[in-house]
Amino acid sequence: MSDPGARVVGAFMPWARVEVAVSLLAVDPQGLRGLWLRGRAGPVRDRVLAALDALPMPVRRVHPSVSDEVLFGGIDLTASLAAGRGVTTAGLLATGPALILTMAERCGAGLAVRLGQWLDGPGPGAVVALDEGADGEEMAPASLTERLALFLDLDAIGWQETRALRMNATRLAAARERLPYVTLAPEMLTQMVTLAADLGITSLRPPLMLLAAARASAALRGGERVSEGDLQLAAGLVYGHRAVRFPEAEEREPEPTPPPPDGEGDTAQSPDPDRMEVPQDMVLEAVRAALPADVLARLAAGRAARSAKGASGSGAARKGNRRGRPLPPRAGAPDGQSRIDPVSTLRAAAPWQAVRRALTPGRTGIQIRPSDFRLRRFQETSDRVLIFTVDASGSSALARLAEAKGAVELLLAAAYARRDHVALVAFRGKGAELLLPPTRSLVQTKRRLAGLPGGGGTPLAAGLQMAEEVARLTRARGMTPTVALLTDGRANVALDGRGDRVAAMAEAQVAARRLYASGVPALVIDTATRPQAELRALAAAMGAVYLPLPRADARRMADVLSGALG
Amino acid sequence: MTAPPLTMPQPFPFAAIVGQEEMKRAMVLTAVDPGIGGVLVFGDRGTGKSTAVRALAALLPPIKAVAGCPVNSASPEAVPIWAEVSDRRMVTKPTPVIDLPLGVTEDRVVGALDIERALTRGEKAFEPGLLARANRGYLYIDEVNLLEDHIVDLLLDVAQSGENVVEREGLSIRHPARFVLVGSGNPEEGELRPQLLDRFGLSVDVTSPRDVATRVEVIRRRDAYDNDREAFLKKWRPKDATLRRAILAAREALPLLVTPDQVLEDCATLCIALGSDGLRGELTLLRAARALAAYEKAATVTRTHLRAVAPSALRHRLRRDPLDDAGSGARVARILDQVLPG
Repeated sequence: MSDPGARVVGAFMPWARVEVAVSLLAVDPQGLRGLWLRGRAGPVRDRVLAALDALPMPVRRVHPSVSDEVLFGGIDLTASLAAGRGVTTAGLLATGPALILTMAERCGAGLAVRLGQWLDGPGPGAVVALDEGADGEEMAPASLTERLALFLDLDAIGWQETRALRMNATRLAAARERLPYVTLAPEMLTQMVTLAADLGITSLRPPLMLLAAARASAALRGGERVSEGDLQLAAGLVYGHRAVRFPEAEEREPEPTPPPPDGEGDTAQSPDPDRMEVPQDMVLEAVRAALPADVLARLAAGRAARSAKGASGSGAARKGNRRGRPLPPRAGAPDGQSRIDPVSTLRAAAPWQAVRRALTPGRTGIQIRPSDFRLRRFQETSDRVLIFTVDASGSSALARLAEAKGAVELLLAAAYARRDHVALVAFRGKGAELLLPPTRSLVQTKRRLAGLPGGGGTPLAAGLQMAEEVARLTRARGMTPTVALLTDGRANVALDGRGDRVAAMAEAQVAARRLYASGVPALVIDTATRPQAELRALAAAMGAVYLPLPRADARRMADVLSGALG
Repeated sequence: MTAPPLTMPQPFPFAAIVGQEEMKRAMVLTAVDPGIGGVLVFGDRGTGKSTAVRALAALLPPIKAVAGCPVNSASPEAVPIWAEVSDRRMVTKPTPVIDLPLGVTEDRVVGALDIERALTRGEKAFEPGLLARANRGYLYIDEVNLLEDHIVDLLLDVAQSGENVVEREGLSIRHPARFVLVGSGNPEEGELRPQLLDRFGLSVDVTSPRDVATRVEVIRRRDAYDNDREAFLKKWRPKDATLRRAILAAREALPLLVTPDQVLEDCATLCIALGSDGLRGELTLLRAARALAAYEKAATVTRTHLRAVAPSALRHRLRRDPLDDAGSGARVARILDQVLPG
């Protein structure tokens, strides 16, 4: 029989990849642990989901806010009350299901970790994570996706390219039977590990998953031994989305895709099947073919992910009891700050009614004790604070202070619309000054900004230190700070007030690294007439987005700023 | 509420874990002297953190406890009254290693009214929680940095006092809860509060092995374990047994060990040089060095033992320096070379 999988992967047909991936999952769900399925809900995704019926286990669908009792089991209250004795339920996971997790991008860290632990256990089931995250920012939690061998991105696949996935039950069953007896050339193991290292995959799970996938592929095509084609195919599905770098991505001209050999052809090509070395290039090619479209761009952008994380519109999540997305309620005493959750309080009190009635004869009605109280909790996203750190030195004043002021004002309007707080730090002469502590007052900010005089030296380090201090304070108050530094980068005043260019620059570097270490996302806007290499280096030290500002009007600058801040 | 634990098959053998020597040694040391106070394992995904903890559970020597006692009491006199245990027989059972799952409720950790007895017989009875079951054993928290704050506070208190006190529903219950806290986590997921950090005796940073040969060996052993479990376990059982005997021998040797004054001085010098907060670091350092010496069958503790355990015992107690890229482990090693040249 030919090796259809290898051929289609070589030919980059996305739907064929999907077919192969789902078939492999159906052959060995326990070994592969599952599938990370990225893509919007729609007919294409429905076709994939329909094929999951071929899995040799019950398929259960849950959403990220599923309760612990449902998943892991617990006391079944209704049944307990009806039966008059404690009735426990086993929970979904006890049935060893293929768990379809819908809206996996909303899955909290706690659930992800517990599902991960379940998957790490003695192979009881598999998870299919349906990730509908919009662009790169929303994603299923890494602690879960790390454990799922396969990845498919459906967004790029049009309906016309698809067809119903035909799962041949007999063939799958035969493959499952064959699976334990599939052998592997010892060199291949080394190759799988080397390949992972070449692609910058440090975790030890992926090579094991690749092994499982390659075995499943061999079993599926009826082979007794993992072939070159199996390895190639599996590497594309397992390593593709995990690659963090490519060994010779630049130097090597992408060759015309080599026609992948047939399953039978493998042995013919390598005279001694025990010493079968798959050309590394070919496997790499298969992995490259499987790369999600945006991965290379993400790699090129390097640390962009970090700055994007902090600077993306909403602040960091935190727990509270006033507003935001509801979390499971917890026991506690009402203290005027928190709100009682009546339903879960009653539920907590229900089982004890018989006991309490027996203890207090003569009392009627529901008896609620302090230990029953359940409080509401919410996850709210904290307010963001934009800390403008403006260079008001002489050099800057001459160049662009007025423009910078105009841009800040426009940005203030945007911040006001988003309900962001703003703080204003200015540095000139001998030191930095907090002109305006975090506020939402637009008028006040404008007034302070307009009254900001220019002139004197550039104590850049002092400015950065002040910005970090403000960031620390706002964070302590539960807000999420972002620093926007506007300067021409010509630091010439040291922290002790001396005019010393070299010391001032060195100190600024230290302050920048400190800001980076504190994890405050930052943005550096170069207001010099020509972009400064030194300032670019400083921005890199801060882990900040660097924007050289071409001579332009304030509105254009504000556009740039809003774009960078998201 | 969570389901009763699934029947676990034989875990991966401890002796078969490739590399990760510091982590393995730290775990063995807590088995030799539970007073060291637990291990924190921090590292990337897929470095075998949880595998090591599960393996340790199978390695630990069994304990003797009163039959049916919910807190594994060592003598019939020590059994708490509320447990209503009339049996005075002693049984040998494996050292408890209790999982504390994330998202666990407070009731389940500290214990609560027995819901079944309350429903069926209308009686007030105490149903012990995870802390009771972990007494004289290990409490394992995977992804410890994601644990909810109120559970962390509760654990801090109990880990400190060694006693769990429950006051609710007219119940007033206390029972011993002395356990070795083992936590693992991925630093990318979040930081750990310094107060909890300090409660762990030893801390280890694990990374994936870099060289291909080691990595291949890891994959090979794991694959052998997954596919031919019986044979694999049989192959490694003698090695695990040797380790277990060494732990038992070390426990017996520990009280007889001589600790020269010079070693005490070294401990103090090192901690002062590092500026580690509090005396807990010094005490843990000494205990760990003694446990290591006993494990290595030495008659006296030497500076070599001290040097070997210093990074694990101290790296999590240093004030954080945001400008130090190398991490606290390297800092300990650097200062170690300066003040206590080997």
